[in-house]
Amino acid sequence: MNKLTNKTYTYYFLLPAGIVYFAFFLLPTIMSLFFSMTWWTLTDWKFIGFDNFKTFLTEPSLNIGFKNTLIYAVVTCGLKVILGLLLGVFLSTKLKTVGFIRSMIFFPTLLSTIAVGIAFTMLMHPSQGLINIVLKGLGIVGPDWLGNTQIALLSVALVDVWKGIGMATVIFIAGIMSIPEDYYEAVMIDGGNAWHKFKNIILPLSRPAMNTVIILSFIGGLRSFDLIWTMTKGGPGFSTDLIASIIYKQYQAGFFGLSTAGNVILFILVSALAFPLYAYLNSKEVDL
Amino acid sequence: MIQNKRKKIASLLLSSALMAGILAGCTSKEETTSGGTKSKEKEPEKVTFLIDNQTQLDGINAIIDAFEKKTNIKVEIETRPGGSEGDNIIKTRLATGDMNDLVWNNSGSQLQALNPEQNFVDLSKEPFMENIMDGFKEAVTANGKVFGIPGTPTNAGGWLYNKKVYAELGLTVPKTWDELMANNEKIKQAGKTAVIATYKDTWTSQVIVLADNYNVLAESPNFAADFTANKAKISTTPAALRSFEKLADVNKKGYLNKDFLSTGYDAGLKMLADGTGVHYPMITFALANLAATSPDKMQDIGFFPQPSDSADKNGLTVWMPAGIFINKNSEHIDAAKKFLEFYVSQEGTDLYTAKIKPTGPVAIKGIKLSGDVYQAVQDMLPYFESGNTAPALEFLSPVKGPNLEQITTQVGSGISSAKEGAKLYDKDVEKQAKQLGLEGW
Amino acid sequence: MSKVVINGIGTKPLVPDKSKVITRKKLSKLLIECFAVLATLGIFGIPFYFVIINAFKDVQESSLLNMDWPSASHFIENLQEVLSARDGMILHAFYNSVMITGLSIILLIFLGAAAGYVLQRKVSKVTPYINFLILAGLIIPPAVVPTIWVLQEIGLFKTMPGIVLVEVALNLPFTIILYRGFLVTIPKSLDEAALIDGCGRFKLFFHIILPLLKPVSATVVVLTAVSVYNDFVNPLYFFPGAENATLQLTLYNFMSMYITKWNLLFTNILVISIPPLILFIIFNKKIVAGMTAGSVK
Repeated sequence: MNKLTNKTYTYYFLLPAGIVYFAFFLLPTIMSLFFSMTWWTLTDWKFIGFDNFKTFLTEPSLNIGFKNTLIYAVVTCGLKVILGLLLGVFLSTKLKTVGFIRSMIFFPTLLSTIAVGIAFTMLMHPSQGLINIVLKGLGIVGPDWLGNTQIALLSVALVDVWKGIGMATVIFIAGIMSIPEDYYEAVMIDGGNAWHKFKNIILPLSRPAMNTVIILSFIGGLRSFDLIWTMTKGGPGFSTDLIASIIYKQYQAGFFGLSTAGNVILFILVSALAFPLYAYLNSKEVDL
Repeated sequence: MIQNKRKKIASLLLSSALMAGILAGCTSKEETTSGGTKSKEKEPEKVTFLIDNQTQLDGINAIIDAFEKKTNIKVEIETRPGGSEGDNIIKTRLATGDMNDLVWNNSGSQLQALNPEQNFVDLSKEPFMENIMDGFKEAVTANGKVFGIPGTPTNAGGWLYNKKVYAELGLTVPKTWDELMANNEKIKQAGKTAVIATYKDTWTSQVIVLADNYNVLAESPNFAADFTANKAKISTTPAALRSFEKLADVNKKGYLNKDFLSTGYDAGLKMLADGTGVHYPMITFALANLAATSPDKMQDIGFFPQPSDSADKNGLTVWMPAGIFINKNSEHIDAAKKFLEFYVSQEGTDLYTAKIKPTGPVAIKGIKLSGDVYQAVQDMLPYFESGNTAPALEFLSPVKGPNLEQITTQVGSGISSAKEGAKLYDKDVEKQAKQLGLEGW
Repeated sequence: MSKVVINGIGTKPLVPDKSKVITRKKLSKLLIECFAVLATLGIFGIPFYFVIINAFKDVQESSLLNMDWPSASHFIENLQEVLSARDGMILHAFYNSVMITGLSIILLIFLGAAAGYVLQRKVSKVTPYINFLILAGLIIPPAVVPTIWVLQEIGLFKTMPGIVLVEVALNLPFTIILYRGFLVTIPKSLDEAALIDGCGRFKLFFHIILPLLKPVSATVVVLTAVSVYNDFVNPLYFFPGAENATLQLTLYNFMSMYITKWNLLFTNILVISIPPLILFIIFNKKIVAGMTAGSVK
């Protein structure tokens, strides 16, 4: 007799989480949707329809913001996937120092973004920063990492990768470790080498891990702004503005309705990119 | 309106409130500590005071200590982050009815953004307001009501310069913009940095534009009013556009230090003090920071206002001090007023200036600076005495665009031209004016 | 939406055991290891070294922000100044931060595990909608002012339970995803066996399922502790007041728009990094185990 029915799993279990999530996240979010169509000073509001959306979309720095947001998300996500996978493979081996290296790589994940941002701003100083001093020792003239409008965004993206790679690596390690050993043996019996192992076993079978890394870091990248904010504040000028930092600046300036409209637009953008990506990645998964 | 909305939320939340109540019950220890204790009879009345963390507290603390000894009122300072992050905290707290009794905030446009009539206590009838300098009063007035007292002495915006290097190179204080540029050229030839730019701290990039306001008003006296009423734009008013051109100029001619986009304010002060940089367009509150890091160099640092294009127009752009305001919903309004009264008294001012040397004249009538002031402040005083001063634009108009510092960084580093920057700023201003609900926008 | 992809939480190493090892191979392996350790130290160690070395300097020296060895150690003075700044604000902030983080973690474990359990086991018509709401939580930033209204309405604004509930709400989506993913590895047949043994639904969850979730709970502890502990903005809005300061706010004691006391700032960074470090040392080995299959789906 099968005692398991859908009734066994009651939605009452969902209730506590649901109530907290509804009251402190969903409800305020829904309320704020309304205010995206108002002129809002926190104490007073007036319904103005879609004016905020129009204003936001004609924001002079928005073009830069859109472009930068995509670049930032793709670069951080791409590097985290590639480097995370390589590190994951390397750290799944039996080398003695694996534990140490893994700890070192993971630790930045635990630090506060403000602290990381401050330290790297100093390290990236064009003349006194350590990075350029080292480069000078190698005979290379280092760039002005954060002052040069061409590369400032990428510099911050690199710091983002530095801070977040530990998380990606750990997810990959977890994925690789759950591949049953006999799969490798099969490759070895067929005379395959390490590359075959990587290509035919690890790569396809760590797909779920990879998808998690892609989704988390891509959404994170699209939304991200705290590191940009500590390191460049969107500058020099508007050259490293992301959509999220534009929204934040408007919020700080007291344009509450406008910034809420910006959030709605960002949400639509992220959803428009993330949900199809999610569906696509899921459809590509290989069953064990 | 809000009240009605709240009611709706309340009904919506009935079930979740129940739940939260249960949860709160689990952690009831915290509840009791945050509940607040009712004051007993002899307990001193407590007034809370919200200040940003950029303000030097030594002088204020000295006043508080003396005040607490004199009265049975305790003043407790709470600090908040500065900058626009802090502005937001103030706005949020005002909107949610959670403001401290006393609030430290900038005067001028940043006060107007807080809707002072709705949030702060009208002080126009208080006797202690009579002695406050008119220029300051204007900067804290809305609809004919005056809302605050000056928290510090005044400051001026202009050019700090290294007198030692001036003497070495045989330079004289410039009376016109061309003379200033000629000096810059000579300094550059001598292998030093003519103009220190520290645009990593973006706020410093605004100074050349803002400190030009005396010259703008000398050229077109109605600009501030017309600007507020949307009758004049910066990009189409030659005198105002000129301020942006000056900013672009110093970069175009190559007078700035290298890596100026990665150089910060502290580094700029250091360059000025040791003479590797000769001019630093700055607001004089920097003198206090300079005195903290290079006390022995203060005699070498002088000051002149930003020159105009003609030698007979020469005056100083003044920064009104931050103000102290009383929260309209405070339960301790009388105690707070007593504190303000003491703050602007001769005794209060003396206590303050004994701790922090003033970086400009005090904004209270009848109170004079003692003889021992910074060299640069002495350079400022004649302008005050002759009355050749004008407040910066943000103290005359409620409109200041929030992105000015990003725009001036663009113009100052050549990413945008002066004209483009001015146009961009006009757009930025428009949003601010609309948010404030000003007429004519 | 979750297909069963991975079974088991094996932690077997990638390289199959070989009894005979060739010395040359051993040597090259050793070289690779040395290189890897040095590279890690360089890339991940130097920023820490930079922070630590500057925490030992005095104001003047630290303002140069270089990597030079301090001429004399000022660490003790710096530490004293950091600990005593603003009447020992940091100690009080420590209490607040630890309480907020601790309570949030406890709630998140129970709420997240229960929700993840039901969502993984029961698939019905509403499942896609719930999934959407969860993903939305990852995407949408919180709305500050309406959240304050909610808190005020139920009298929890400026209280510890208030900020804890907000942190829980904001961290729930990720926690649920972690639990739901991990539950794939616990076979339904186990539930069945327990029910046949006469377990009730609640007993089944609390006595059988929850203990089995330990590995992923360790991951939840570390990750949410980090996110709540390092959260700077939310406490500022939902838990304001001088007596309510959190540790991240203490960074602002020494950093200002005008002058920053770098040596004290770096000492402060070191001090507030100690709790995550301890947590990390305790849970280091368990993080991967919890991730295995956990967040993977």
